[in-house]
Amino acid sequence: MPEANLVSAAPAVPVAKTGSPIVARLEDIRKTYYMGSLSVEVLHGISLDFYHGDYISIMGPSGCGKSTLMNILGCLDQPTAGKYYLGDEDTSQMEDDELSTIRGARLGFIFQSYNLIQQLNVLENIEMPLFYQGYSAAESHEIGMGLAERVGLADRVDHKPFELSGGQQQRVAIARALAVDPLIILADEPTGNLDSKSGAEILNLFDELHDQGKTLIMVTHSDELAERSQRWVRLRDGLVESDDRHNA
Amino acid sequence: MTDITLNPPVPRQTGSNRAKPGAGFNFVRFKKITQVGIKSIYANSLRSLLTVLGIVIGVAAVIAMLAVSEGASFEAQQQFRDLGASNILLKSVKPAEVEESSSRGFGPPQAMVYGLTMADINTIRNSIPGISNVIASRIVKKNVWNQGISMNTDVVGTSVDYPSSRNYNLRAGRFFSESEMRDHANVVVLSDEVANTLFLIDNPLGESIKIDSDYYNVIGIMESEGFSNLGQNQAGSSNAAPSRIFIPFTSSKTRFGETTTRQTAGGIESETVELHEAIIQVDNQESVIEVGEIIEQIVQRRHKNVDYTIEIPLALLRQAEESALRDQIVAGAIAGISLLVGGIGIMNIMLASVTERTREIGIRRALGAKKRDIITQFLIEAVILSGVGGLIGVVLGIIIPFVISAFWGMTTIVTPVAPILAFSISALIGVIFGIYPSMRAADMDPVEALRHE
Repeated sequence: MPEANLVSAAPAVPVAKTGSPIVARLEDIRKTYYMGSLSVEVLHGISLDFYHGDYISIMGPSGCGKSTLMNILGCLDQPTAGKYYLGDEDTSQMEDDELSTIRGARLGFIFQSYNLIQQLNVLENIEMPLFYQGYSAAESHEIGMGLAERVGLADRVDHKPFELSGGQQQRVAIARALAVDPLIILADEPTGNLDSKSGAEILNLFDELHDQGKTLIMVTHSDELAERSQRWVRLRDGLVESDDRHNA
Repeated sequence: MTDITLNPPVPRQTGSNRAKPGAGFNFVRFKKITQVGIKSIYANSLRSLLTVLGIVIGVAAVIAMLAVSEGASFEAQQQFRDLGASNILLKSVKPAEVEESSSRGFGPPQAMVYGLTMADINTIRNSIPGISNVIASRIVKKNVWNQGISMNTDVVGTSVDYPSSRNYNLRAGRFFSESEMRDHANVVVLSDEVANTLFLIDNPLGESIKIDSDYYNVIGIMESEGFSNLGQNQAGSSNAAPSRIFIPFTSSKTRFGETTTRQTAGGIESETVELHEAIIQVDNQESVIEVGEIIEQIVQRRHKNVDYTIEIPLALLRQAEESALRDQIVAGAIAGISLLVGGIGIMNIMLASVTERTREIGIRRALGAKKRDIITQFLIEAVILSGVGGLIGVVLGIIIPFVISAFWGMTTIVTPVAPILAFSISALIGVIFGIYPSMRAADMDPVEALRHE
């Protein structure tokens, strides 16, 4: 099993911080969609290593396979071929239940349209991933309140999502993504629905997370957004076109 | 927001003693899912209310129908019980053949002779062990008078044990005694109706009433409530009037004789009946039905015509119980169908809810919900819906019988079994009809579900 030497595996791209462990590795990921007798290969073999503490932007024109790659990184979808290691686990052969568990325990999701649950208030939304991981009510409450405070919404914990602005909703989503202290935070166009001021707030928050040593993977087609990250991965037609590192 | 400090990237789950998710039953988890379920039901309160209406009606119908049929069967059984569970009733009836021959005959009307005789009773008494008492009665229809007021009533000539054998109670005064029986005394016990009709103001006790040309001293008043139609069989009359008065058997025989004459549309009819009714009391209630069969055989042998009937209240009681059970099965089946319809309603709305909440399902799946978490969530919602419906149904089902009793005077009995049963069935229906929508919710592809608008 390769997971034992993942940390010492030879990096395929320049390492920002020497000795940073690899938190996720894609090995020749291929994804084919079948529609009746028609089959379309969307990803033609993508290999990437993601290091702990990295802040990565995945970019590319629409139809390049960004979303598909994001779904695979998020364990929402399985690759047709290839291996995806998340932490020390190979997820490509996992059963549905195992995938659910690993999503809940290892990943944090931030969506373009926030995806908060409307019937639940801010605190309940933040606590939801903890619930599926079996945290006790007291533990969840403590973590939830702490995160609400960190994203500046401590005074709104009993508000429903529709009572909040877009920026506030996205901050709730960020708090929710942080709840289980995930290995990777996946953000899909996190500022796509926001005005520039709220968007900037969110990006500042991302910077802070990065400074705290969080691993962030952001899908975007905005270069401006990507500027904030250190590593740009460009996709084109289901392949990695470029993989550059910028030292901000 | 520069003051944000985040946890170091140490997996928080290490060192935590929390339960492994999905391992066994976790009450806190269950409570949480239930709360979420209540919230989503509340968010669509009108739709939820309409959904549960089917269950409400079904449950209410089960309880109300069972209450009405229970009440009806209780009434029927009470009537038989009033006749006495250890009694056998023998009655004289006019045989069909005799009636025909007499109406076709010429010349002066012949007195019809039919019915039970003292000889029958003595034979029964002497040949069957286990008979504790026989109360023979003569029932003659007469006009009874108090001053200017009169009424037509059944005059029952009977023995001293009559009230106890039929579970009748005296309201005032006393029943006649053995010595009055021996003396052919002119004493009378009135039923409530007769007392109220003849004595509008006065207390009838100690007063006299007149039957034919004789005066009888009123010594007691009898409650009429226990009089059941089944126990009545007036001489020559089929309509059952509840009013009765009681005089000693001996007095009836001497004052009225054995032949009664009546004016009918076709002329004058007269008939000779020695005994109209005999209550045979059996020592042991368990042998009542057997003794009844033996009596029937004896009487059959002694009577050429079928001029008698035999009634065994216990046997009738058993029959009533059987038919009550049948009624309840029918009522239960009808109500069960309405519950089924209610269940289909719940399934329909749960399917709509699953479609509507596709995105929520996607979010939950992305955040770590397993398929069985989704199934549990929707199943609990279905059970809450049907449970709340069941609860409202139980309340309605208990109120409806009260209303029926109040407005139509029917006896209704809500047994504790009915609400419990109906409620359990409604909850079960929630589970059964919630399974399919829940499975559908769980089987959604998370990616598709997240993309759903």
